[in-house]
Amino acid sequence: MKIAVTSQGATLESKMDPRFGRAAYIMIVDSETMAFEVFDNSENANALKGAGIKTSVLISENGAKVLLTGYCGPNAFKTLHTGGLKVVNDVNGSVKEAVLAFNDGIFTYSEGPNKDGHW
Amino acid sequence: MIISVASGKGGTGKTTVSTNLAYSVQDATILDCDVEAPNAHLFLKPVIKDVVKAHVTIPKVDEKICNLCKKCMDICQFSAIAVIGKSLLVFPELCHSCMGCFEVCPEDALIKDKRLIGSVESGKSEDLNFIKGILKTGESMSPPLIKRVREHQRKKVNIIDAPPGTSCPVIASMTGADFVLMVTEPTPFGMHDLKLAVEAVKLLNIPYGIVINRSGKGDNEVNKYAEKENIPVLMEIPFDRKIAELYSNGEILAKEPVWKRKFKDLFNKISKLAEKEAAI
Repeated sequence: MKIAVTSQGATLESKMDPRFGRAAYIMIVDSETMAFEVFDNSENANALKGAGIKTSVLISENGAKVLLTGYCGPNAFKTLHTGGLKVVNDVNGSVKEAVLAFNDGIFTYSEGPNKDGHW
Repeated sequence: MIISVASGKGGTGKTTVSTNLAYSVQDATILDCDVEAPNAHLFLKPVIKDVVKAHVTIPKVDEKICNLCKKCMDICQFSAIAVIGKSLLVFPELCHSCMGCFEVCPEDALIKDKRLIGSVESGKSEDLNFIKGILKTGESMSPPLIKRVREHQRKKVNIIDAPPGTSCPVIASMTGADFVLMVTEPTPFGMHDLKLAVEAVKLLNIPYGIVINRSGKGDNEVNKYAEKENIPVLMEIPFDRKIAELYSNGEILAKEPVWKRKFKDLFNKISKLAEKEAAI
């Protein structure tokens, strides 16, 4: 299964970026093979508004079924939920650690956003 | 003629200047465009005759027709539309009503819906026409409401009480004006924000001048700046306890003949400067 992880860098060892919409990079990792694709998210990160919505569309279009991140706001959560993606908030550590922890089945899917919208 | 009263910094005296100016000239219309916190009514005490709700147009999708082509999402500069999975989501509070999505939809799958953003009140304060916009609490989209307020501009003298700052609502309150009157105070903070406001008005290519409120207090930096930049200082309102008391009681300073004359003079100076610019 393809897992999207918010990341500060472009490798599996990179630390996770706690932000979703304005994350520096999005890593889409195959949870079985650990093969990954890197997406530079700087365009969305610098968006005036709606960064979470845009990033949600990006990960969905690239096949992710689950998002592991730190904070997810209301508009992003709504978009992901509509697209049928599952979200796990409050995840930290490296990208690799996050995916391995997901594979170990220790996460429970979040039922809502854990951050207020930005104005 | 349209005179927009702006400031940069908040609390410098835009409402004091705009209400007194409107009160001192004949057949004026005052338009309170500080729609997040309108307060000109506190001084002019108008009788409101009409209240009209203000809406903006937003898209709503007809899911039976939409084929999820994403053209609407791609043209939207504000992420107000997301096509994800088998759905099209609209975020109404992000929509700027540019109508781009309606234009590009090849299937005519978008229906025009509307969203309430506030209301426009109109009435009279003696012989003065009074217009006020009130933004709905929690709403952030004020420029469309400001445009709705400005639809009430008349042929004669229009005085706009603009919001503070230099962002979109201020630009919406200055665009198309014949003159921008900048109200500032002789403090470092007033000076700092005045410079920003001057930069904004320069981009709009509108003639402008300064009113210094609470003059005699603070420093002399605003006068020095005005001289250096060749910006006319059209009036100074002294830092005076009596003026502050009148303001606190919601009174119009120009009810005193000496101040009415000063505000009339201010209006005459503005008219000359605006005419001069129009001639060039």
